[in-house]
Amino acid sequence: MNAASHQTDLKPHTTGTDSSVVLTGAEVLLRVLAEQGVEVIFGYPGGAVLPIYDAIFRQNAIRHVLVRHEQAAVHAAEAYARSTGKVGVVLVTSGPGATNTVTGLLDAMLDSVPVVCFSGQVGVPLIGTDAFQEADTTGITRPATKYNYLIRRPEDVASCVHEAFHIARSGRPGPVLVDLPKNLMVGPAPYSAPPRTPHPSYQPQTEPGRDVIARAVTAMKQGRRPLFYIGGGIINAGPEASAALRRLVEKTGFPCTSTLMGLGAMPAGDRRFLGMLGMHGTYEANMATHGCDVLIALGSRFDDRVTGRLDAFSPGSFKIHADIDPSQINKIVPVNVGIVGDARRVIEMMLEEWDCTPANPGQPIDLASWWHQINEWRAVNSLGFTQDMAPEAIIRPQYAIRRLHELATATGRDTYVSTEVGQHQMWAAQHFGFDRPNRWLTSGGLGTMGYGLPAAVGAQIAHPDALVIDIAGEASTLMNIQELSTIAQYRLPVKVFILNNQYMGMVRQWQQLLHESRYSESYSAALPDFVRLAESFHGRGLRATCMGELDGVIEEMLAHPGPVVADICVAQEENCYPMIPSGAPHNQMLLGPDQDDEISAEGRMLV
Amino acid sequence: MTTQQESPVSAVISIQVENESGALARVIGLFSGRGYNIESLTVAPVDETRHQSRINVVTTAVPRVLEQIRAQVERLVPVYRVAVMTRQDPHVAREMALVKVIASGERRADALRIAQAFRAHPVDASATSFVFELTGATDKLDAFIDLMRPLGLAEVSRTGVAAIARGAAIL
Ligand SMILES: Cc1ncc(C[n+]2csc(CCOP(=O)(O)OP(=O)(O)O)c2C)c(N)n1
Ligand SMILES: [Mg+2]
Repeated sequence: MNAASHQTDLKPHTTGTDSSVVLTGAEVLLRVLAEQGVEVIFGYPGGAVLPIYDAIFRQNAIRHVLVRHEQAAVHAAEAYARSTGKVGVVLVTSGPGATNTVTGLLDAMLDSVPVVCFSGQVGVPLIGTDAFQEADTTGITRPATKYNYLIRRPEDVASCVHEAFHIARSGRPGPVLVDLPKNLMVGPAPYSAPPRTPHPSYQPQTEPGRDVIARAVTAMKQGRRPLFYIGGGIINAGPEASAALRRLVEKTGFPCTSTLMGLGAMPAGDRRFLGMLGMHGTYEANMATHGCDVLIALGSRFDDRVTGRLDAFSPGSFKIHADIDPSQINKIVPVNVGIVGDARRVIEMMLEEWDCTPANPGQPIDLASWWHQINEWRAVNSLGFTQDMAPEAIIRPQYAIRRLHELATATGRDTYVSTEVGQHQMWAAQHFGFDRPNRWLTSGGLGTMGYGLPAAVGAQIAHPDALVIDIAGEASTLMNIQELSTIAQYRLPVKVFILNNQYMGMVRQWQQLLHESRYSESYSAALPDFVRLAESFHGRGLRATCMGELDGVIEEMLAHPGPVVADICVAQEENCYPMIPSGAPHNQMLLGPDQDDEISAEGRMLV
Repeated sequence: MTTQQESPVSAVISIQVENESGALARVIGLFSGRGYNIESLTVAPVDETRHQSRINVVTTAVPRVLEQIRAQVERLVPVYRVAVMTRQDPHVAREMALVKVIASGERRADALRIAQAFRAHPVDASATSFVFELTGATDKLDAFIDLMRPLGLAEVSRTGVAAIARGAAIL
């Protein structure tokens, strides 16, 4: 390593390898990042990554956003990725920096979010000696990542980093971690361009087979009660996949339901959209799932929050399942036709096939009676609630979200919503209508409290002019509250909309339904004054304590050009309905508080 | 997907992987993390030029879970190919055991006689002990070890199963 290399211009050279310039490992890293299209890194420095931070200091191509906790860096990168379709990038130091990312990495794993996380590591000669801030990071993160690397040789830096991006974004996307020993970042390393040959062992199938598509479409045409059940795979397949889905739904005339992760793929207000299915899904979505005769799962994975009691899940339906990950097919529910491929290609080919396959000889598909049935279920109005409109009345959380949606829509601004985890998350899914993909940022698979605030950071960094709202619970917000400092530093106009019920509401609800209202440790005691908390982080704090104050607070929040924390004091013991209790089938939903005593003993054993 | 035969069957899962540090950990971590059992495990490089190793895992599971294991292993980044070999799939599965017997007098003579019948070779001998080397199917090894037990069986070291398909089929 020589002093001259510090003067190197880090902007990517357009003419491939330039052997006359000796770069350090850190410089090679940044050059590869630029070449991979990286615009922003979410990170936190420390001893093992000082050489990388020094290289960051000496270039302008890539922006670094300093979070206040490494977990938040990953969630911010996840939201950046989910809202842009690009790969999110994280940089943290060794030891505690790396271990702090584990929750975020697993979150990205379960929700299939492309993230590349770079962690510092002690120098290669020190590995295995219990050196200061040494951790077996690849060992710890192996089950929390799609793939990970511990780089041991300078010549592997460029190739592994290129490959990491390829693995993160291709196939079923996911998090990839690259552990970078400090000495390799300080010493010289050769640069290399992205490999031109395909990865020898990793070759995900994205193009579905014609034959299985044909079988699927034939079955779809024979259905009398068909249903699309779509999931986050549609979002991951890009906005074109959602556009194709809308065409397919229109063309077939089939009803469509979505998982939590798929919201926005179909417009919430579309007449063929039945809303979310599953534990807190709508009555019509769950009854249709139970009663359909052809179920077409696209980019969804039969999660237990969706299926409820497995042996009673959609009994008697002919099941078609398309997923980019072959291991998802037949994993939970045996299906009749399994299709491996990218959701967009699957849908496009279904559209082509639909026009080629003749309808049932003689009789065009008649879905009228199916729609009649669905509309009867719809009429139950399972998301309904009554709000006392008197100015002094207590605000119901569902109403607060509906108002937020209406007033946010009225601004005409492009709106991104993140959430924390709990009742407020489910109410947001139910009542904030999403019309476009990539606008809904929530932790589905892992259910990570503390996701929403850093996610809002990531989304606002990616979309500086958009309206970004974290619909939050008071307990979850405190899990990554330090990110208010990041928000202040970068002047991010994030709106934190706290539905403050002074309870870990979702926990309290389960304790009420399953443990005879013994509210063990679920009260949010000793809460901060969120208004003054916001002010201490250089933002604006607002509070609504009754109906008369709600609209004013929402309007002021939306109008304020800077960050806002709005503390919305809502009904404390509101429960989230409708609900399929654990262990129950889809056609036995609890629609409201009158039916709460119907949970079975086995149901109590489940989570 | 057939649901007819839902009783557990024994299978060898043969996995061709990139010979890299961590590949074995990924495979066995997948087994422990997802609750699949490992009855035996072998791993060794099999193709130096292409940097490939072969891992063989013996497990018992219902056919549907075996299929899931195959799919889960197959999607690991460094995995090239996976074969699941059950009794129905024509294949050869062998393991090797080193069996130490400490015996004298008549029991010593009995041990040697039985070893001959099993084609187990004494690869080490002292005045009071033998080490037999025996290769074969798992049940043959089990039977031999059972017979040695009353004759002074002292220690066993087994390799675990290596398996390969019969005929011209390759992984
Ligand atoms: C990190 C983490 N810890 C614990 C849980 C379990 N949990 C799920 S919801 C919830 C309560 C959330 O409370 P709050 O943020 O106030 O939301 P509410 O349900 O009241 O809307 C808890 C503790 C979790 N999901 N994540
Ligand atoms: Mg709460």
